[in-house]
Amino acid sequence: MKHRNDHRARAHPAWWAFLMHRLSGLALALFLPLHFWALGQALHGAAALDGFLKFADQPLFKFAEWGLVVLLALHMMGGVRLLLIEFGSASGLRKNWIAGAVAFAAAVGMAFALSLFA
Amino acid sequence: MNPSALDDGSSEPAAQAIAQAIAQARRWYWQRISAMVLALCVLVHLVVMVYAVRGGLSAAEILGRTQGNWAFGSFYAVFVIACAVHVPVGVANIAREWWGLREHAARVLSLALALLLLVAGLRAVVAVVMVTTPA
Repeated sequence: MKHRNDHRARAHPAWWAFLMHRLSGLALALFLPLHFWALGQALHGAAALDGFLKFADQPLFKFAEWGLVVLLALHMMGGVRLLLIEFGSASGLRKNWIAGAVAFAAAVGMAFALSLFA
Repeated sequence: MNPSALDDGSSEPAAQAIAQAIAQARRWYWQRISAMVLALCVLVHLVVMVYAVRGGLSAAEILGRTQGNWAFGSFYAVFVIACAVHVPVGVANIAREWWGLREHAARVLSLALALLLLVAGLRAVVAVVMVTTPA
């Protein structure tokens, strides 16, 4: 049986939190094999790893890296919210944690951006 | 209740539904347990990343931190194992709900993803911690 939500179910912060959690998780899942492959270049020596790092040292890659860091921070705090909903004391949908997760991701994004240009 | 007893040779829809519900509860449990581990790992990883990218990334800098560092190595091995547990559960749920994969296909996908992440992840840890190369 398949039920489809209409717009009324989606006009809610918790639905957007669900969607962001799912999309960020999917992006991170797709990125992980690439990340592991890149680090695995060190098996062929430091020069091989350096070769990849030099290749990845361009604006588009740096922007994608920054985006993934933001998504990681968002997914982590969104996940902590879910753990609190499921394992913490009953306190509704914890919308304050949705706002907190967005703020945390923004702060991490700014810190990472500052480091990139440091 | 033993779920394999329910699964065994029984093609009754009710028994299958119960077995699937138990499997789903187990996936939920493992996703949450791994999430608790990952929350701590990710927090550490975020700090390391913000620190590491200062002044650009180089192999010498990365390997200088990691080579022979067993504390780093065991931390990242735990991180990889937790990922290999956590990620396949979520991706398989998306495959079921958004991409319309059947139960069997979703399980195959999740097992394949778990193996890929485990092997590639531990390979990466070995590469940066245990392999020593001339600078």
